Amino acid sequence: MMISYSWLMGLSAAIFTIGVAGVLLRRNILVMFMSIELMLNAVNLAFVTLARRMGSMDGQVIVFFVMTVAAAEAAVGLAIIISIFRNRETVNADELNLMKW
Amino acid sequence: MPVALFIFLALVSIISALGVVVQKSPIHCLLALIMTLVSIGALFIALDAVTVGFLQIIVYVGAIMVLFLFVIWLLNLQAEPVPAAHLGLKFFATIAVAGVAAELFAFMARTKVALGAVTVAAGYGSIDSLAQTLFGQYLMAFETTSILLLVAVIGAVAVARRAAPERIVAPKQETP
Amino acid sequence: MAIDLLIGAIKAIVILLVVLNLSAILLWFERKGSALIQDRVGANRAAIFGVGKRLGLPNLGLQNTLMADPLKLFTKEDFVPDGADKFLHALGPFLALFPVLVTFAVVPFGDVFYIGNHTVELQAAPINAGALYILATIGIGVYGVALGGWASNNRWALLGGVRATAQMISYEIAMGLAIIAIVITYGTLDLQDIVRQQGGVWFGFLPRWGIFLQPVAFVMLLTAGMAESKRVPFDLPEGESELIAGYFTEYSGGKQAAFMLTDFAEVVLVAVLLTLFFFGGWQVPWLYSDGFHFGSHALQLPRALVVIMGVIAFWIKVVLFCWLQILIRWTLPRFRYDQLMALGWKGLVPLGLLNVLVTAFVVVLATGAAR
Repeated sequence: MMISYSWLMGLSAAIFTIGVAGVLLRRNILVMFMSIELMLNAVNLAFVTLARRMGSMDGQVIVFFVMTVAAAEAAVGLAIIISIFRNRETVNADELNLMKW
Repeated sequence: MPVALFIFLALVSIISALGVVVQKSPIHCLLALIMTLVSIGALFIALDAVTVGFLQIIVYVGAIMVLFLFVIWLLNLQAEPVPAAHLGLKFFATIAVAGVAAELFAFMARTKVALGAVTVAAGYGSIDSLAQTLFGQYLMAFETTSILLLVAVIGAVAVARRAAPERIVAPKQETP
Repeated sequence: MAIDLLIGAIKAIVILLVVLNLSAILLWFERKGSALIQDRVGANRAAIFGVGKRLGLPNLGLQNTLMADPLKLFTKEDFVPDGADKFLHALGPFLALFPVLVTFAVVPFGDVFYIGNHTVELQAAPINAGALYILATIGIGVYGVALGGWASNNRWALLGGVRATAQMISYEIAMGLAIIAIVITYGTLDLQDIVRQQGGVWFGFLPRWGIFLQPVAFVMLLTAGMAESKRVPFDLPEGESELIAGYFTEYSGGKQAAFMLTDFAEVVLVAVLLTLFFFGGWQVPWLYSDGFHFGSHALQLPRALVVIMGVIAFWIKVVLFCWLQILIRWTLPRFRYDQLMALGWKGLVPLGLLNVLVTAFVVVLATGAAR
């Protein structure tokens, strides 16, 4: 039985869906952040699969950039989380409701 | 790649991804995420993207996850009982997740081209060809990304540091 | 197909056993070597029914270090502290030991063997991105220490774990820059290829070793390697006078043995990396694949003998660098933590970047490779 590209895309879709579920259902900001990283990795897998399907290196270059941007975003996002924790003593997304009506 | 390898890596990545979302303690979630990242890196290497696969392990697992670990230590996050999201959110989330899943599977899992049917060039995925493409065609994006990283580092330090303490200036002495 | 699998399995097992045994022997080396340096005798009491003493042989402390100590360590009670996370406490030592041992899979120990019509590479995993693999596995080694510190439910262990993690990720950058300079010089990531390019001699007498091409990278890799393995003078994370035992305070028995083994296996790993990149690996000066060539004289040797001589030369060089690290450990005092971080970030990283810049310039000018 040969593996077809659709299996890999299906795996990428599955991991992306699990990431979406994590962001929507968990209330701890750090775990929501980790679910976002899951989604980014699922997209990376899709890019690499398609790059191999088309035999070009462009997909891998895009993965390189996605990794770099994910690193930058993780750094800034975690700095914001630390700053929020210093002010409000919580990382529960439900309790960060200053801007609610 | 052999079918058995793909099935193994796919199972490991899906089970650890579920582990990230389900576990109570943030450190256990982090370990599950590391396992997911390593298995996805292994899938990259099996798909002939050798350099990107190793970069995934060096950059993501070796650096970004350590950053997460430091933040968990700094905030001293313990295992908490997962607070139940209120009913409206659960309902909406279930519908959203089912919708996203259905759409993704419908659009992505269509082609039936076998993995072995496409042969790639000799140096595909090597650091040589990645560098040629990166510094050739995508040079502008590369330079912009380095500025982005600089801005991110400055921003992270500026946001996360404590306010500088007030300087105490000694009062001027009058000379007799 | 089955033969290839069998040969691969044998290579993996042999390499693992050699590394583990060398780590154990290094423990004895360290105790007796430190005694030599500090002008004392060292361990010399334990004996088996006094056999050595009756024969009039001096007691070198071998039974003490190689038999009594491991036996004691493995039969001690293995406790998990109250309130600690049991799973993470058990995972720590293994996450620390695994990456160090796995790195040896890409190390080439000798030239290629030909048995019948099979080609046997003396390298357990002959991948062509060996240098990247080494950087990746060294990066994973951070987690064992981190989890060991966190899972002990002890504030000094946590402090030691935080310090160790920060130190390791800082010096990984210096290590990566040194390896990048080597990769630029030799134009390849494949370790066997890098070793092969170090054969031959210049001017008839100087071996073409990497140290003559990249002396700065040698010093950087030695310093960064000793800082990665948290050996003195960089052992503040496990500073005995400050943090009791740092991140492995709450470990006893087999798990502590695993952490100690990690320490010595990393010494062997740094020595192996220095040998491969800077001192020709398994290359012996004037020895080519068909025998010795001294200028115009030649001494023909069978290929199998040449390969075996290469392997022995490799291990002799590795033991010499292990001894160098032990010597440095017992000579220098410990760095203060801010001095350590300043050296890593303000000293080694700019030096490494400058080195890479100069190397790239020289390589492009020398080979005219303007693509």
